[in-house]
Amino acid sequence: MILVFAALAIWLAGWALNMALARSWFGESRAGRISIALIFGGTVLLVWELLVRGLEVSPVILPPPSVIGGKIAESLPVLWADFVQTVLKGALSGFVMGCGAGVLAAILIDRSPFLQKGLLPIGNFVAALPIVGVAPILVMWFGFDWQSKAAVVVIMVFFPMLVNTVAGLQASERMQRDLMATWGAGYWQSLWKLRLPAAMPFIFNGLKISSTLALIGAIVAEFFGSPIVGMGFRISTEVGRLGLDMVWAEIAVAALAGSALYGLIALIERGVTFWHPSQRH
Amino acid sequence: MKRVLPVLTVLCGIVALWYLASVWLNATWVYDQAARDGRSVTFSQMVVETQSQERPLLPPPHQVGAELWKGLTAQAVTSKRSLVWHGYKTFEATMAGFALGIALGVGLAVAIVYSRTVDRSVMPWAIISQTVPIVALAPMIIVLSSKMGIDSKLVPKAIIAAYLSFFPVLVGMIKGLRSPDAMQLDLMRTWNASGLQNFLVLRLPSSMPYFFASLKVAIAAALVGAIVGELPSGATVGLGARMLQGSQYGRPLDMWAALFAAALLAGVLILIVGQLERLARKRMGAAG
Repeated sequence: MILVFAALAIWLAGWALNMALARSWFGESRAGRISIALIFGGTVLLVWELLVRGLEVSPVILPPPSVIGGKIAESLPVLWADFVQTVLKGALSGFVMGCGAGVLAAILIDRSPFLQKGLLPIGNFVAALPIVGVAPILVMWFGFDWQSKAAVVVIMVFFPMLVNTVAGLQASERMQRDLMATWGAGYWQSLWKLRLPAAMPFIFNGLKISSTLALIGAIVAEFFGSPIVGMGFRISTEVGRLGLDMVWAEIAVAALAGSALYGLIALIERGVTFWHPSQRH
Repeated sequence: MKRVLPVLTVLCGIVALWYLASVWLNATWVYDQAARDGRSVTFSQMVVETQSQERPLLPPPHQVGAELWKGLTAQAVTSKRSLVWHGYKTFEATMAGFALGIALGVGLAVAIVYSRTVDRSVMPWAIISQTVPIVALAPMIIVLSSKMGIDSKLVPKAIIAAYLSFFPVLVGMIKGLRSPDAMQLDLMRTWNASGLQNFLVLRLPSSMPYFFASLKVAIAAALVGAIVGELPSGATVGLGARMLQGSQYGRPLDMWAALFAAALLAGVLILIVGQLERLARKRMGAAG
C-alpha cells in the first residue's frame, strides 16, 4: 500500500515540477522542452513500476519496467537477430524499394496530365485501403523469409509516396517555371533544378508516413509465416508462452527502431529542405 | 465526363495487367499438371486453364468477383460463411475504436490547447506513440483483455483501432482549436464572453473543418487497426480472420474475396464520412 501512495506522490510531484517548468523561462528553451517531456516519461515509468509492485500485479499481465530492462540486457543477441531480420532486411529494403518506385512512378506520370488525372484518385483511394491485407498473399508468393516482408512493405509505402511526390512536383509556382523557361531550360533541367527541390518537403512528408507503415508491414507479414527469427515471430510465440517481459522487450526495440528511423528522416529533411519556412525557427 | 474518363482508362489498364499477370503466374501450375498427366497443352489451352483454377497463385478478376459475390449474397447475411456477417463484425470493432479514438483525440486536444503543461509533457510522447508499430502491441492487448476477464472479442480490436485513429484527430483538433486569430479572440473578450462560451461559440465551430478532414484519415486508420487486431488472435470472426484462415488452409480465393470486401468497406466508410462533412458544412453555412 505504501508503494501505491508513493506512486501517487511521485505522480503529483512530477506534474508539479513540470507545471513550474512550463511556466518558467526555462520551459521556452529547447533544453527545457526536452527535459519536460523526459520528466513526464520518467514519471510514468516510475509510477508504473511502483503500481505494479504495490498492487502485486501478476507479471503475466504487466511486468514492471525494471524486469523488462533486465530482459533486454540479458537477451541482446536474440533481440539483435530479430532486429536485423525484421527491420534491416524486411522493412528497410522494402522501404527503399517502395519509396524509390513511388518517386520514379510519380516522375514518369508527371509528363502526362491524363495519367495524373486517372492515377491520383485511384492512388488516394488505395492509400486509404487496409493494404496490410495483402500480407498473406505475398507470403504465399515470396515464401517465409524476408523477401515477402519486403514485398508487403513495398506495396504499403508505394501509394502514399506516389501521391505525395505528384503533389510536390506541382508545388513550384507558375512564375518560377516561367523563369526556367526564359532561361531556355529543358524539361529535365527544370525538373532537376527547380521542381524536384521544390517537391522535397512533400517527399519527406511521404517518407515520414512510410517509415511507420514500413515497420507495421514487416511485422504483420511475419504473423502469416516467418523463419524462426524476427520481431513479429518472437512476439506472437512469446505471447503464446506468456513470456510478457520478452514481448515488452521487443516492443521497446520496435519503438526505438521506429523513432530512430523517423528521427533520421527528420534530420536529413532539415539538411535538404533548410530553405523551407517550417525548418527556419 | 472529363474527370471520369482518365480514371476509367487507368482502371481498365489495371484490370488488363491483372489478367496478363494471372496468365503468367498461373501458367507454371498448368504446365506441371499437364506434364504429370502426360498430355501436352497448346498456348490457348493454357490460357483458358489459368483462368479457372481452384487454387490459383493469382486469381483473375472475374474469379475474385464471383467469389466476392458468392460470399456476399449466396447465403443469409447472418450465416458464418457470409462476408456480410464478417464485414459487420469488423465494422463494429472499427466503429467502437473510431468513437473511442475521437473521444480520446478531442479530449487530449482540448487539454493540450488549454494547458501548457499537458502540451509540453504529453505531445512529444503522442508523436512517439505513432512511431511504435502498433501491431507489435496487438497480440498482447488481445491476451491481456482475455486475462482481465473481458470475453468480448470486440474490446481488444477496438483498442487497437482507437490507438491508430486518435492521432490524426488529435493533430487536426489542436490545429483547429488554435485556428481563431487574435482579432476574433479579442472580439469575444469585448463581448465579455466566459471561457466556456469562448470554447463553445468560437473555438469549437472554427475547428470543425479541421475535425472532418482528420476524420477521413482516422476512419481509414481505424479500419486498418480492426483488421490487424483480428490477425494474431486466432480470431474466427471478421474480415482479417477470413484472410488468416484463407492463408492457413490454402484457399487463396477466400483471401482475395476478404481483401476486396475490406476494400469495399473502406470505400463505404470514407464515403459516409465525406457525406457527413458535407452535411455539417452546409449546416454551418458554407457554400456548396
